[in-house]
Amino acid sequence: MKNILGVDLPERIEGVGPLRPYDGKRFGGTPFEAGLKAPVKETRKLLDSLEEAIRLSGLKDGMTISFHHHFRNGDYIVNMVVDKLAEMGFRDLAIAASSLSDCHAPLIGHIRNGVIRRIETSGMRGELANAVSNGLMDTPAVFRSHGGRAWAIANGSLKIDVAFLGVPSSDPAGNANGFSREGDNSTACGSLGYAMVDAHYAQKTILLTNNVVSYPNTPCQIPQTDVDYVVRVDEIGNPKGIASGATRFTTNPKELMIAEKTAAVMEASGYLKDGFSFQTGTGGASLAVTRFLRDKMLEEGITANFALGGITGAIVKLHEEGLIKKLLDVQDFDLDAVRSAQENPFHTVVSAHHYAGPGLEGSAVDSVDMVVLSALEIDTDFNVNVLTGSDGVIRGAIGGHPDTAAGSSLTIITAPLIRGRIPTILDRVNTVVTPGVSVDVLVTEAGVAVNPARRDLIGRLAAAGIETTPIEVLKERAEAVVGKPEPVEYGDKVVGVVTYRDGTVIDLIRNVK
Amino acid sequence: MALVRERLRRTMMFVPGNNPGLMRDAHIFGADSLMFDLEDSVKATEKDAARFLVYHALTTIDYGGVEKVVRVNPLSSGHGRADIEAMVKAGADVIRLPKSETAEDVVEADRLIGEFEEKYGLQKGSVGMMAAIESGLGIINAYEIASASPRLIGMAIGAEDYVADLKTTRSPEGFELSFARGMIINAARAAGIAALDTVYSDVNNEEGFKNEVRLIKQLGFDGKSVINPRQIRPVIEIYTPSEKEINHALGVIGAIREANEKGLGVIAYNGKMVDKPVVDRAERILMLAKAAGIPLAGTDGGGKE
Amino acid sequence: MELVKTAAAGTLESSDVMVTLGPGNAGIEIELTSTVEKQFGKQIRKVVEETVCKANVKNVRIQLNDRGALDCTIRARVEAALYRAAGSTDYKWGE
Repeated sequence: MKNILGVDLPERIEGVGPLRPYDGKRFGGTPFEAGLKAPVKETRKLLDSLEEAIRLSGLKDGMTISFHHHFRNGDYIVNMVVDKLAEMGFRDLAIAASSLSDCHAPLIGHIRNGVIRRIETSGMRGELANAVSNGLMDTPAVFRSHGGRAWAIANGSLKIDVAFLGVPSSDPAGNANGFSREGDNSTACGSLGYAMVDAHYAQKTILLTNNVVSYPNTPCQIPQTDVDYVVRVDEIGNPKGIASGATRFTTNPKELMIAEKTAAVMEASGYLKDGFSFQTGTGGASLAVTRFLRDKMLEEGITANFALGGITGAIVKLHEEGLIKKLLDVQDFDLDAVRSAQENPFHTVVSAHHYAGPGLEGSAVDSVDMVVLSALEIDTDFNVNVLTGSDGVIRGAIGGHPDTAAGSSLTIITAPLIRGRIPTILDRVNTVVTPGVSVDVLVTEAGVAVNPARRDLIGRLAAAGIETTPIEVLKERAEAVVGKPEPVEYGDKVVGVVTYRDGTVIDLIRNVK
Repeated sequence: MALVRERLRRTMMFVPGNNPGLMRDAHIFGADSLMFDLEDSVKATEKDAARFLVYHALTTIDYGGVEKVVRVNPLSSGHGRADIEAMVKAGADVIRLPKSETAEDVVEADRLIGEFEEKYGLQKGSVGMMAAIESGLGIINAYEIASASPRLIGMAIGAEDYVADLKTTRSPEGFELSFARGMIINAARAAGIAALDTVYSDVNNEEGFKNEVRLIKQLGFDGKSVINPRQIRPVIEIYTPSEKEINHALGVIGAIREANEKGLGVIAYNGKMVDKPVVDRAERILMLAKAAGIPLAGTDGGGKE
Repeated sequence: MELVKTAAAGTLESSDVMVTLGPGNAGIEIELTSTVEKQFGKQIRKVVEETVCKANVKNVRIQLNDRGALDCTIRARVEAALYRAAGSTDYKWGE
């Protein structure tokens, strides 16, 4: 046979396989053959109608759609898309969101009317969480950690048919960022670390943006090669809910006490030395830990090689002062962190897979020395619950908790001994999210408890003059003040399946009575 | 329970008497004493409710080794007597009288405390008293007040009411308080009791607070009233002796031990005679160092490994 | 102690309880709303009953709006409300 230019071709070459003759078309093989003239111009990828994008994506009843939670409680995307899907008559869809928040209460209606049949998420809050805990869904929700979700998507055990990803900027070809270098930047969220995984592995990826910028929107977090359609929408989220302003340093004396003790434990642990790495969270105590760490680093003249995870202004400050060389950023929590993600060359956005994936290929959490995490409940075996409240109702998210706890050389949990009248330490947490085997130290305002498995740490803390108390004693101390709470009464219906990083089931959540 | 006269009182933290949220944890922040307030922080219509609340807190919550002081309402207010009865029964270590102006105020409260000690089967004289001076008349009578009762463990100046009485206001430098502070510290020392300085209300002005603490420490005060847990740490830091002071104190105590072993009558350290004031000072410095968590080699404090 | 009117004590602040009570005719009638009902509802009722019995009150209607108050706070608020409702200042400490 001959191709259109007259070159003689055999049907097949042994070792190469069958040959297809060139047919003379300029854009052969692309689905946009007719309209795609050149990548710098607006293309068929760019649509003004969400409905059209959904139709073009080939979405069918029963398929799995995905969302990210970088817009946190300011997110407009989930409700906008699911409303549209309901209007178009879709049914029995599964939502695989990196997390869900208070603002997603309208999903309750879509679950009741059969549009949504299943939910996979890191967590949920508010009315939706309450309804699910009370048995709203026939199929239980599946909870995954950030690393566990990314890995499940990458290895195919969580298959996403269509990803709907809100982005603060995209060019017409789909190169997208969590901020915008031109036009309106008010809805910037910084990192798109969770969305990067979905964009890469979903069968079809639809970006939704209020800000179409000129080509190429590079450097970019999501490359056009991962994107099928870009939909122009008026709004993607409420800036107030997406990133908070400068987080004020806590003046709560109890949080300060916990933070100071935590920093002292970190120093005494032996891991606080030049070139170390760490992650701290976003709570008042965690932010204060970062400030006390700064004092110790300046005092001892040491710097950290990197900090990772959800990035806050407190961490950015240390980075910009040269105290932390590099940041690995999967999510940003405040405007300083967002700005830094956009400006600082060594503030690197990483995907949730790169951040916390549990696969053999390894991820950033495997290389971290110290992590400071919070807890709603912790038990005398050091198992931690960050997902359900003391009344058994879902009210939180797994986040990267078990991922970082497993990866870090030293895992510290900070929590007040008592919240209101509720003690934090129990014989057994209501829901195990992070197993005690990956938790080393608990710091409360009333004392420090070390996991007995870490004998080395007990010795090092003692040598530094830090008193430790058995966790059982701390538990009794709290109960002496508030009394012993009655166990939560659950029904028989399983409403949540809690997975560990590798997809194995670590606990079940039942409906509350 | 016996009256503890001598103890560290670097910080006395104010706990409003009608706020249950603040009572549970008040002792965890490292204050030497807690002062539960039934007086100015409690509305006139809530005096009874606050009394019940502090009563049940004191009889239920384990405040550990922290000194429990209750500021009662003045006897003239109509609430004072009931306050004193409830707090004696509740096991308060010290009753703090506000607005003391004359020795008679103290004597009357002393008599009431004694009456309730007897009624509730407590050891006579076991409940202590503090007098707060908040007026010109009180300052003029400072020594008479300080020596009016064997129950008195200390006296304090309440500056807000005092400056109002003086027809002035508080300044950052505190010039207007210099006479009162001088009177209080001298009256307290003459009577052999503790002297405590007034509150500093601008919690966010850490530098101003520290300056005031340095001043009152230099004047000789045992400590300061604080209104927020955040004010405790700076006071302790300022009251913590320097390494040089600690080493000198350890040397003095060592010289005494050596002299006793050798049966020497006159003790000298570094070529200087060690007399009672030197010993007292050394002992106080070691007590302050120990309380600040400084390991003391060669003493019961134990050394760092 | 005899209750002669309706009285209240406490606040709706966190760690406090608002107690409203008055004379009743059917023993100790408790109406409880609490942020920690599931975990401490029984304990709260028990403390309220103990406190009422100790004050030697037989018939009382009590409404509690609890915001996670400790037992000692509940006792204090109930007692304060009882004395107010009885119009009494004849306090009996530690009996």
